[in-house]
Amino acid sequence: MTTITKKPDNPIAHLTPEDIEQIGIELDAIRQSVLDTRGERDAAYIRKLIDVQRKLELGSRAVLLASIFPPAWIVGTAGLSVAKILENMEIGHNILHGQWDWMRDPKIHSTTWEWDMATPASAWKHSHNELHHTYTNVVGKDNDLGYGIMRVDEDQRWHPFFLAQPLWNAVNACFFEYGIAAYDLELGKNLKIPKEKRSEEFKAAAAAVRTKIRKQATKDYLVHPLMSLPTGSFVTTLAANFVANVVRNVWSHSIIMCGHFPEGVETFERKSIEGETRGEWYVRQMLGSANISGGKALHLMSGNLSHQIEHHLFPDLPSNRYAEVAPQVQALFEKYGLNYVTGSFPKQVYSAWHKVVRLSLPNGWLATTTPKNAPMQLAKLYKMTTGGRKVRRALQARLERDARMAKDRMAKAA
Amino acid sequence: MATALLRRFAELAATPLVPDDYLDLFNPLRPGAELRGRIVSVHPETADAATLVIKPGADWAGHVPGQYVRIGVDVDGVRQWRAYSLTHGPRRDGHISITVKAVADGTVSPYLVHRSRPGTLVHLEQATGDFVLPDLDVDPPKFLFVTAGSGVTPVVGMLRNLFPVTESGVIDPKSRSAATNAAGLDITVVHVAPSEPDSIFGADLVALHAAGAINLVARYDDTHGVLDINRLVDLVPDLHERITYACGPGGLLDALAAHHEALGLPLHVEQFKISTVEPGAGGSVAFNSGVEVIADGATPILTAAESAGVLMPSGCRMGICFGCVLPMTDGAVRDLRNGAITTADAMSGPVKIQTCISAAAGPCRLDH
Ligand SMILES: Cc1cc2nc3c(=O)[nH]c(=O)nc-3n(C[C@H](O)[C@H](O)[C@H](O)COP(=O)(O)OP(=O)(O)OC[C@H]3O[C@@H](n4cnc5c(N)ncnc54)[C@H](O)[C@@H]3O)c2cc1C
Ligand code: FES
Repeated sequence: MTTITKKPDNPIAHLTPEDIEQIGIELDAIRQSVLDTRGERDAAYIRKLIDVQRKLELGSRAVLLASIFPPAWIVGTAGLSVAKILENMEIGHNILHGQWDWMRDPKIHSTTWEWDMATPASAWKHSHNELHHTYTNVVGKDNDLGYGIMRVDEDQRWHPFFLAQPLWNAVNACFFEYGIAAYDLELGKNLKIPKEKRSEEFKAAAAAVRTKIRKQATKDYLVHPLMSLPTGSFVTTLAANFVANVVRNVWSHSIIMCGHFPEGVETFERKSIEGETRGEWYVRQMLGSANISGGKALHLMSGNLSHQIEHHLFPDLPSNRYAEVAPQVQALFEKYGLNYVTGSFPKQVYSAWHKVVRLSLPNGWLATTTPKNAPMQLAKLYKMTTGGRKVRRALQARLERDARMAKDRMAKAA
Repeated sequence: MATALLRRFAELAATPLVPDDYLDLFNPLRPGAELRGRIVSVHPETADAATLVIKPGADWAGHVPGQYVRIGVDVDGVRQWRAYSLTHGPRRDGHISITVKAVADGTVSPYLVHRSRPGTLVHLEQATGDFVLPDLDVDPPKFLFVTAGSGVTPVVGMLRNLFPVTESGVIDPKSRSAATNAAGLDITVVHVAPSEPDSIFGADLVALHAAGAINLVARYDDTHGVLDINRLVDLVPDLHERITYACGPGGLLDALAAHHEALGLPLHVEQFKISTVEPGAGGSVAFNSGVEVIADGATPILTAAESAGVLMPSGCRMGICFGCVLPMTDGAVRDLRNGAITTADAMSGPVKIQTCISAAAGPCRLDH
């Protein structure tokens, strides 16, 4: 991936400014059609879902009271994992987006909702709704691109540090909620500042995160295990909560990776969004997201982020309506010759991980490596890793030339 | 002590929710819950009016007849708050009732009259209002009740409390004589309605009249012509001996107020229509600090307020992040993206709006 304006085959070069504004008008019309029919049915959906989720959580926790018995542990842990996933994805994420604010129900409102996550809702709303959704896939502006610790684009200069990024990514997946909390705090940036110079704002936010983490951990790892104590299930209940949290974390991390990482998703330069019109903003959302195809259960469990494209176009429409507008959105992509990136869950997860691995290596390295030249390539990589900046740059230039030549050869052969 | 500890433990177990959120799943009307009610039954009164009997939550503190309750119902998925007078005195079954007339183009009243179903949960506030009778134990005065249209509701609530009625609210035939004498009250009711079939509680008033409990003067616009308040004394010759309680549309109440003021007569009124917000283009936006910003109909309130130096919460400034949401306590705004109007007044309660995509559509007040 290369930022869109640097690509030789810019995927929007064929669109005139009029086309782009027309796309905006047509998307606004789709949005309006949902607003016009938004009502009782939708309200019933979210209320029912919240009801089911809470009962599932209560039921699972009740079963876990006897989690010393393996069948109870399995059932309870599975139920709790599903409950936690629903709570975070289809319920929490979407309520915090303001998707249900129109109901004017103070209990189901973006300004009052709090979720089962390390990061407090208010901090997440800022970094996610304001930054990520506004600056989607703008390199340097959207921290979701790699959550600040990864190389997600060819244009980012390679550094040996990134060799470990597949590992970072795996660890981040397991403890995703803490990763998000750290990212919402801009922890990396703030920790570099000497303690006494850190802003009051940061200190307050960090205190809020600590309180939140303490509360969540007390609940999962102390209070509920204590309730299981009478059956001798303290440790097993603690383990069940830990597993459910990890399952939830890995799942949401995977879904989110599928939303912006798979091949075919575009990134943008900071310059390219200056003075952006509504139509241009829409087009950036169209090209910056990817969907996951699948059945109803997948859509529900992903919080309908399987309709990431629709979600990014209409972040404030109720999630239960994305499936319905998806065919219209896809038709619009086709009409304007744009690439609607979608694929099955395994395919998109693979694609996203492949990219993480590819970009952990210098540009062109993976493309020029074959089983035959592997030892030579590894030696080159070793030199780039241990050598100075000059060595890296020289070898990088050679890699890129080789990659280009290999590509040309393939083109000729075909 | 033990219960406090238990509560603390439950809170720790429920975070980030509160234990109430889980208890609500099973018993939303329990003591300690937010005040709610469940619709028990819906009885049509006329073609476009119905009485809703509601079982209030355990913490319902009771009411004095004549008072009203603010009720929050979800109409097309949107929580709407309106005020309705209570049309019973305290009942043995603990239920309360309201009687609603469907207003043409109304949001809530047509829903309550035609679409509400038994079993539906509604949100309540405690009863309130000072449209109530004085203490009758000492030397009860003579009363005149003037009711027009759905304005009959608080008066019916008072009458049902004064005289023996069945649970269904009609006068109990078995205790007719008791009704006549017990209270020893002298009550005249001037009841105004467009026509007899449209008259809410007309039959109840007639029954009370027949039982000798009240002296009913029914006035139907279609047969008697529109009531001229200045000729009220023709209908109620001893008008000047009575304390008047009146409830109905603004026009009638204004005329009555002028009339009584000229004669120096005591008057209590309950007005159903507090304010109607008429959306226009642009308007002043008032803040808690006392600052008032003049905003035109094309500028987001966020921008207008910021240019006037008000510190405003904001985020994306394009309607997607909900970082700019503030409660509007009064007024009307227009969604700049599609023209949709949102209004708020004392009866609807505060409505949260996104200031970055909302322009003033008349004078507004923001709680900020
Ligand atoms: C203290 C108090 C007690 C009340 N008690 C009762 C009661 O016992 N029974 C009852 O039916 N109503 C009562 N009301 C009126 C009730 O609160 C609502 O205003 C009414 O039901 C209309 O609501 P809506 O949502 O249907 O109309 P809205 O959607 O709010 O208004 C739609 C249109 O109807 C007009 N309108 C609003 N209210 C009225 C009205 N009362 N008469 C004629 N036109 C109106 C508006 O100007 C607007 O054009 C009471 C109001 C108050 C303030
Ligand atoms: S500032 Fe983002 S919705 Fe208003």
